[in-house]
Amino acid sequence: MNLHEYQSKGLFRNYAIPVPDGVPISDAVDVENAAESLGGDRWVVKAQVHTGGRGKAGGVVLADSLEQAHSEAQRLLGSVLTTHQTGPQGLPVHEVLIEKPTVIARELYLSVLVDRATRRVAFMASQAGGMNIEEVAAATPEKIITISVNPVVGLQAFQCRQIAFAYGLEGGQIGELQAIMQGLYKLFMEKDASLIEINPLVVDEEGHLLALDAKINLDDNALYRHADLLQMRDLTQEDAREAAAAEHQLNYISLNGTIGCMVNGAGLAMATMDLVKLHGAEPANFLDVGGGATAERVAEAFKLILSDSNVKAVLVNIFGGIVRCDLIAEGIIAAVTEVGISVPVVVRLEGTNAQAGLEMLNHSGLNLDTADDLTAAAQKVVALAAG
Amino acid sequence: MSILINKHTKVICQGFTGKQGTFHSEQAIAYGTNMVGGVTPGKGGQTHLGLPVFNTVHDAVLQTGAEATMIYVPAAYAADAILEAADAGVKVIVCITEGIPVLDMLKVKAALNGGDSILIGPNCPGVITPGECKIGIMPGSIHQPGRVGIISRSGTLTYEAVFQTSNEGLGQSSCVGIGGDPIHGMSFIDCLELFEQDAQTEGIVLVGEIGGTAEEMAADYIRQHVSKPVVAYIAGVTAPPGKRMGHAGAIISGGGGTADGKYAALEAAGVSTVRSPAGIGRRMAELLCA
Repeated sequence: MNLHEYQSKGLFRNYAIPVPDGVPISDAVDVENAAESLGGDRWVVKAQVHTGGRGKAGGVVLADSLEQAHSEAQRLLGSVLTTHQTGPQGLPVHEVLIEKPTVIARELYLSVLVDRATRRVAFMASQAGGMNIEEVAAATPEKIITISVNPVVGLQAFQCRQIAFAYGLEGGQIGELQAIMQGLYKLFMEKDASLIEINPLVVDEEGHLLALDAKINLDDNALYRHADLLQMRDLTQEDAREAAAAEHQLNYISLNGTIGCMVNGAGLAMATMDLVKLHGAEPANFLDVGGGATAERVAEAFKLILSDSNVKAVLVNIFGGIVRCDLIAEGIIAAVTEVGISVPVVVRLEGTNAQAGLEMLNHSGLNLDTADDLTAAAQKVVALAAG
Repeated sequence: MSILINKHTKVICQGFTGKQGTFHSEQAIAYGTNMVGGVTPGKGGQTHLGLPVFNTVHDAVLQTGAEATMIYVPAAYAADAILEAADAGVKVIVCITEGIPVLDMLKVKAALNGGDSILIGPNCPGVITPGECKIGIMPGSIHQPGRVGIISRSGTLTYEAVFQTSNEGLGQSSCVGIGGDPIHGMSFIDCLELFEQDAQTEGIVLVGEIGGTAEEMAADYIRQHVSKPVVAYIAGVTAPPGKRMGHAGAIISGGGGTADGKYAALEAAGVSTVRSPAGIGRRMAELLCA
């Protein structure tokens, strides 16, 4: 789960990480109140969407007057912002953040993440703030400093100094960075974050450090112990089909191809997508129905797959382990009967009671193709989709 | 021979009397696993599936001499269960539980560091030595005692590799599902080391997926230390960057962790790779029967 910038900055404030003063609004009539409470005569208007690249896409604007702030907020609110990261469909803007502008002397980069190679929480820092860190890492990896935190003792002062000196900070800035990093580490651990990114972390005209942007990703597995964070979830920023799938304990990710895939197990689901591609077509989705695939879940899965109008044929690939294939076949028959399917469906069943399952499907009178071999199933479904 | 577990291994189940624990303990017993008891706090002294229930893992180890445990407790309590097993001196800890918070596992890994316990998983199908001992949720019937060692990050995809090697008449020495989470116990390298040393294992199947650098590190290890033929398949060639593909660990980030990159690393290390998940068994048969 991802947070909006204003939500992330709210958490930053709780952990004494300095951020610009700002007010989130969801209606342009509130611009005047927001601007008044912030003071000054210029304001930054920032679209709140779960993506990067907002600035280049016109989602972050410096307004020189109250009128301009109002018109920009009005333009953004209710619009769809398309950046190089969102894909062509873009993301809806329901909130904008009105902020006091900051005079920037320097832009730095700082992030906290779980480094799976060292199995530790790591800080990544670079002097090249404001840039895409992936590009920095690819072009000039020597400009990125990484420190990893021993969970037994936590983040140490010397590690903060390492980064401070690498940034070229001096005097009071070193203590400021230490406070920011300690706050970030505490926030990361207490809220079960998976990524916190400040890009840019700026030095302002008075030489103070400030988080100009804030991005927080949370560990979905840990949300059960963070009721406060769960309330910040913004479903409008998530793919509607993916959210619906999650409700039925299905793992669904929509893609751009024509072959709908329904599979049990995440690894086999990915492998099935790859197989479709290997035989000359593109998968329309990733869908893992999970270990306990019941008739209901299979029906929901079919509905999801068919809600994508690009789907020309469906491949069902089930390896029955603990789950019996005859029960899965029952589920498929019930689902197809209930949902009604207008595109060809190829079913491959393997494992426990596979033969019984296949026979049930073949005698169901429904328009279902079966295959007992993975390759044959993929070839069949690709041929059927091509018409 | 085999790795990690055999017909003599004494096994307990944590979360024994729960729905999952009960079902999979029944399956394990039916398979012939040497189950000696289980743990459910507060139910110590009872009998379940004809075996003694203990309040703590310490009690279970003391009374039964258990050497391995399978954990089926809910995600919120799984870290505690792993640490309890390690503290009681259990050698092989298999955690099936899915959905454990990453930071819990980060702390568990740090705590296990330097100890004698081996952790398999979490979020994995478990480990099996065909015909002898089954610890996990894999269907026993598709396995066959034999020549191939299988290591995998995925569940059902492991079954696919097992099924194919059984169909080819090769069978398996042991199969280890190391789990799909970003921070987990045994690594590909740990398993490769054991399979290389195991006399029964003639060839090794490695099933990887997108995300992280475990396959690249395995490739490096294979080049230097593995003399047996290795067949590898990597799932996720078609996965889009930045999306989590079911497994928490299966995400391509920042241009790293792609299937293509992993294939290239493995091929450079002399590993025989297959692009189709349907070709794993055939390829291994070709290598072993050549």
